Amino acid sequence: MKSGSTLEKILEAGHFAFTGELGPPRGANIEALKKKAQPLKGMVDSVNITDNQTAVVRMSSWAASLFAMTEGLEPNYQMVCRDRNRLAMQADILGAYAHGIRNMLCLSGDHQQFGDHPQSKGVFDIDSMQLIQMVKNMRDEGQFLNGQEIDEPPKLFIGAAANPFAEPFEWRIYRLAKKIQAGADFIQTQCIYNMEKMREWVKRANDMGLTEKVYILAGVTPMKSLGMARYMKAKVPGMDVPDYVIDRLKGVDKKKQADEGIQMACEQIAEFKEMKGVAGVHLMAIEWEHRVPEIAERAGMLPRPEV
Amino acid sequence: MIVAERKPFDEIKELIKGYKKVLTVGCGTCVAVCLTGGEKEVGVLNAELKLSQQASAEQTIFGEATVQRQCDMEFLAEIDDMVKDYDALLSMACGAGIQFLAERFPEIPVFPAVNTTFIGVNKDVGWYEERCKACGNCVLGMTAGICPVTMCAKSLFNGPCGGTNQESCEINKDQPCAWFMIYERLALQGRLDNIIEFCPPNDWRNQKPQTLIQPGYEERKTSA
Repeated sequence: MKSGSTLEKILEAGHFAFTGELGPPRGANIEALKKKAQPLKGMVDSVNITDNQTAVVRMSSWAASLFAMTEGLEPNYQMVCRDRNRLAMQADILGAYAHGIRNMLCLSGDHQQFGDHPQSKGVFDIDSMQLIQMVKNMRDEGQFLNGQEIDEPPKLFIGAAANPFAEPFEWRIYRLAKKIQAGADFIQTQCIYNMEKMREWVKRANDMGLTEKVYILAGVTPMKSLGMARYMKAKVPGMDVPDYVIDRLKGVDKKKQADEGIQMACEQIAEFKEMKGVAGVHLMAIEWEHRVPEIAERAGMLPRPEV
Repeated sequence: MIVAERKPFDEIKELIKGYKKVLTVGCGTCVAVCLTGGEKEVGVLNAELKLSQQASAEQTIFGEATVQRQCDMEFLAEIDDMVKDYDALLSMACGAGIQFLAERFPEIPVFPAVNTTFIGVNKDVGWYEERCKACGNCVLGMTAGICPVTMCAKSLFNGPCGGTNQESCEINKDQPCAWFMIYERLALQGRLDNIIEFCPPNDWRNQKPQTLIQPGYEERKTSA
């Protein structure tokens, strides 16, 4: 065991993992955080706690991760390269680990231009690949980035993101390989709608032997409405929403669109369960945490295994 | 070259408000090439400033001078006599030139008339694009001559990130993805091996004031 986290144990035992997501509040409202955390309890193995997602200021991800723990959830602590230099990153990693955080997802982060402080200076001292390797070296070598020894190294289960669709598509699989080489233990992908491309990407990962070295969790975000699908297609960077997704939502009554979105997500999950090389699903029910129990139930993900 | 753009007119007016005699100082090198702060632009700015005072009680005397390079004391010395007659200097040089002008004439307030924007190239007349952030640790050999620090909005060394929109950067469809271009050019050259290897964190050498002394010139600094 690298970290002993529940997520690691689930994956090591060969269970099909199921992770969720929780965006910290835009303020110090702990009640709001608890309310969002409540429906996730017992439904997922670990919950990603986002780090100033879409470059909008929120409660820090490590602090919200601690609250998630008191609510009985296992956090997957997200960290982006946009807001911290290597000193702050390592300091936060030590603090997070000391407080019991065991999973961490290493990301570049959305550009600050998209957020609520577009005038801010983006840090980007190191990139996500370098962050992965830094966390791995902290864990396995007990060393800071500068090579100096750490007094009690943080033992974290290291996650990374992958976008199977973004151009250059041909290069994506090599970038995945690079992240594994840098030290990623598990991968959570971008929200998947284009299943053809996903199948192709996973096939390549299998062919290159990558899925034997890393756990891939397929990203699923149920569409709440036709409007959301259109927005995702047009506005969200790196998103690939094929027309057949739009058409299917268009084909049902407006009141039934959310239900249809959940149905589509469940169909995806069913396929991922059977897909060689996919070790689990990462459910990003954005501002829809209260629907997670229903989705988990309908997708046949319950009960979660005890490890 | 160093590219700069003129500050908004009202900001310039506000900076020099209250000074009776202002000398606008141009620079004949980078900022002249990018049509921002050369002799011609000094004339235009002064004309605008005079025009704006026509109907007001304030009557400032505006003088003009353009030196070949404000980042060189030798050229600044040429205006020593002229400067004595003024109570403020308005520089149209880049940030380096403005500071050297202020260093040359420490008793006189110096104000910037331009914002220094980037080190860039001349794409066409009046069209400039950034190409270098002067990070002090050039990786262009690895990246097929395309700078990931400058051209990637996140300065990634192991790109591309997941935000690429087809061949564009996530910040703007008109901004090409640097890492897409790096990939394409390296593929063209058969050198993709360059970026399969992990690129370690950068040594940011531009995080403190820097000095360069070429070999053989050390005594110049010690005798200064």
